[in-house]
Amino acid sequence: MDTTYDPALAGEGADDGQPLLYPRIDCRDVSVFYSGKQAVFDVSLPVFDRSVTALIGPSGCGKSTFLRCLNRMNDTIDGAKVTGEIFMDGENINSSHIDPVLLRSRVGMVFQKPNPFPKSIYDNIAYGPRIHGLVDDRQELDAIVEKSLRRAGLWEEVKDRLGQPGTSLSGGQQQRLCIARAIAVRPEVILMDEPCSSLDPIATARIEELIDELRKRYCIVIVTHSMQQAARVSQRTAFFHLGHLVEMGDTDQIFTSPRERRTEDYITGRFG
Amino acid sequence: MAQELGQLPMGWLLTALIVIVVASGFSIGRIRAERYLIAGGQKFHSRGNYHGYYVAMWGFIPPLLVAGLYVLFAKPTALGLLSSELPEAFHTLSSAELQSYLESVANAAAMGGYSGSDLVFATVTGRYLELWGSLKGATLALMLAGAVTGIMYARRKVSPAFRARLRVERGAEAFLFLCAAIAIATTVGIVASLLYESLRFFAEVPFTDFLFGTRWNAQTSAEFGALPLFFGTFMIALIAMLVAAPVGLFSAIYLSEYASVRTRRYVKPLLEMLAGIPTVVYGFFALLVIAPAVRASALGINSFLIELGAANGPVLAAQPTSALAAGLVMGVMVIPFVSSLSDDVINAVPDSLRDGAFAMGATKSETIKQIILPAALPGIVASMLLAVSRAIGETMIVVMAAGQRARISFDPSTDLTTITVQIVALLTGETEFDSPKTLSAFALGLVLFVVTLIFNLIALRVVQRYRDKYE
Ligand SMILES: Nc1ncnc2c1ncn2[C@@H]1O[C@H](COP(=O)(O)OP(=O)(O)O)[C@@H](O)[C@H]1O
Ligand SMILES: [Mg+2]
Repeated sequence: MDTTYDPALAGEGADDGQPLLYPRIDCRDVSVFYSGKQAVFDVSLPVFDRSVTALIGPSGCGKSTFLRCLNRMNDTIDGAKVTGEIFMDGENINSSHIDPVLLRSRVGMVFQKPNPFPKSIYDNIAYGPRIHGLVDDRQELDAIVEKSLRRAGLWEEVKDRLGQPGTSLSGGQQQRLCIARAIAVRPEVILMDEPCSSLDPIATARIEELIDELRKRYCIVIVTHSMQQAARVSQRTAFFHLGHLVEMGDTDQIFTSPRERRTEDYITGRFG
Repeated sequence: MAQELGQLPMGWLLTALIVIVVASGFSIGRIRAERYLIAGGQKFHSRGNYHGYYVAMWGFIPPLLVAGLYVLFAKPTALGLLSSELPEAFHTLSSAELQSYLESVANAAAMGGYSGSDLVFATVTGRYLELWGSLKGATLALMLAGAVTGIMYARRKVSPAFRARLRVERGAEAFLFLCAAIAIATTVGIVASLLYESLRFFAEVPFTDFLFGTRWNAQTSAEFGALPLFFGTFMIALIAMLVAAPVGLFSAIYLSEYASVRTRRYVKPLLEMLAGIPTVVYGFFALLVIAPAVRASALGINSFLIELGAANGPVLAAQPTSALAAGLVMGVMVIPFVSSLSDDVINAVPDSLRDGAFAMGATKSETIKQIILPAALPGIVASMLLAVSRAIGETMIVVMAAGQRARISFDPSTDLTTITVQIVALLTGETEFDSPKTLSAFALGLVLFVVTLIFNLIALRVVQRYRDKYE
């Protein structure tokens, strides 16, 4: 696998494997309402670059809703309203002069169920670079497709069948295809909403390895309902309950000595 | 006496008999079952009602079978008996002549008898009525006997252990199957008769002359080249689709992707109402409003071209009825066929694909153009095919607004005729049933049927595969 630093593909910063300690994204008092009903309450949360932040909590506690604030995907839901400020590179992405379309090219997203487009494997990857005009000719595009697939650990498996439909791959391969697709537009941040929940344990292990690899270049936020997964892949963990951010900190600390009673109860499986 | 029987209103009698039999069968079965209950003893397997239904079923089926035989065979039997009794003098008649003679006898009998001056005919008709009457009497007696036997048989079966409920369930299933079979049998029957009459037509007119001949003149001389009709049908359907395909598709996109739930709830039924307007209304709209407008614009273009010096005579035909007028209006009529089904398939494209595209930073129109429409394409194509097949089969609008002259012309302001228009023309007015002229209508009908069937089959298959993909 290609792990050398590549400015054309990487997020900002050098690949020295060290978490950066300034927040890449800084959320302040973020609340979300669905048709007036509040689902997320005043969440303030810094997200650090070149590390994995895991959002955990019982289902329905607002993890996905909060995650969708980070690339303004809530804009596409009728009746959803987001308040509060989310700073990315010193700019509030909730302010009206930010174009969500541009924002989403900087913040990639991977969904719970693999959702490859009904196109060939090649075109799935090439879709983003094409619509954002990132390439001038076919050669450049070929290079991006190959690099993205390599990064997603899928290249060896699909290099001879790039013309086949993305939907012809297995579930785990499809999810890696979706990750490659997100990488191809050179995002700075990658959001993942339970990316392994529809996969078998072997495919899950591959994705987790991949996340660990990607962490060296990107800022990753992952929603997971599996505490083992959070413990395995993340450096920071945030625990949500009933729409509130209960506690956040280094993953080690959250799992070994949580400060809040509710966090401890959840982690030890007493509810959720 | 037998003659009077001949006048019996059989339909009413059969119905009345069956109602009575069913009602009495039901109460007989139920009362018998309940008598057991009152007497105490074992628990019944089935409730009293089921025993009632069971007995009624047995009272119902034998007379129904007899009635079926009567409907199918009574008339041929009576006529057969009659012709075997006819005197020597009739034996010189050819079989076709005899057939039509017998037919007129049957008609006279159906009118209640013959009271004219032709003594022979009066006698024959009288005898026919006698035969007919005996048949009716026999049928009624047989039905009654069948019903009574059936009820007696079933009544004996009523007992605590008897599983009447299961038998009734099976009876209900058979009844439902019969209803489905009727629909299928009707279709098969229609297709068979189309085929049969078409074959008779092709025995007189060579198949290739019909399919590839360019002169159609069935009314006055025997010219059966149907190519101009196919052309006219194709031309008008094409014009219709030029209207319906874009308008229908774009309204589907608006409805499914842009309109709010509220708007959609009102606009979609409104659009679908276009399909509910009677086609005759479209027809006179086409004839009275659109056709004159088409003619006026064609005339305008003509004089404009002449003034410019680009032409030294009229270029467009500018007829009072025209392919364009019929096609435009038909296009409006089939819009909902495109929009409604396309809207459904676009809606069926999973939201996860939309989310995926938005998350890649695609705009709404990019998402629709590059992700949604390609994904929904098979269904959209299917909706277009259904619309085409509807346009090809449409009759009223073209009868009123397209014209009668069979010809091949690409000038949309000229009058053309279509398959459906010619079928109407061939079968209205004085027709002898055996002439190639009439038979040609069946051949045209067959072509129409085959073409629309193919379109519909392809469309159904495509939609089916599309469903399989996303469910
Ligand atoms: N599109 C929506 N419309 C209305 N309510 C929603 C929508 N999505 C989520 N919710 C509600 O918001 C709350 C949080 O949901 P979600 O963020 O999906 O939770 P999680 O991802 O933690 O399971 C839930 O109560 C859910 O019912
Ligand atoms: Mg969720």
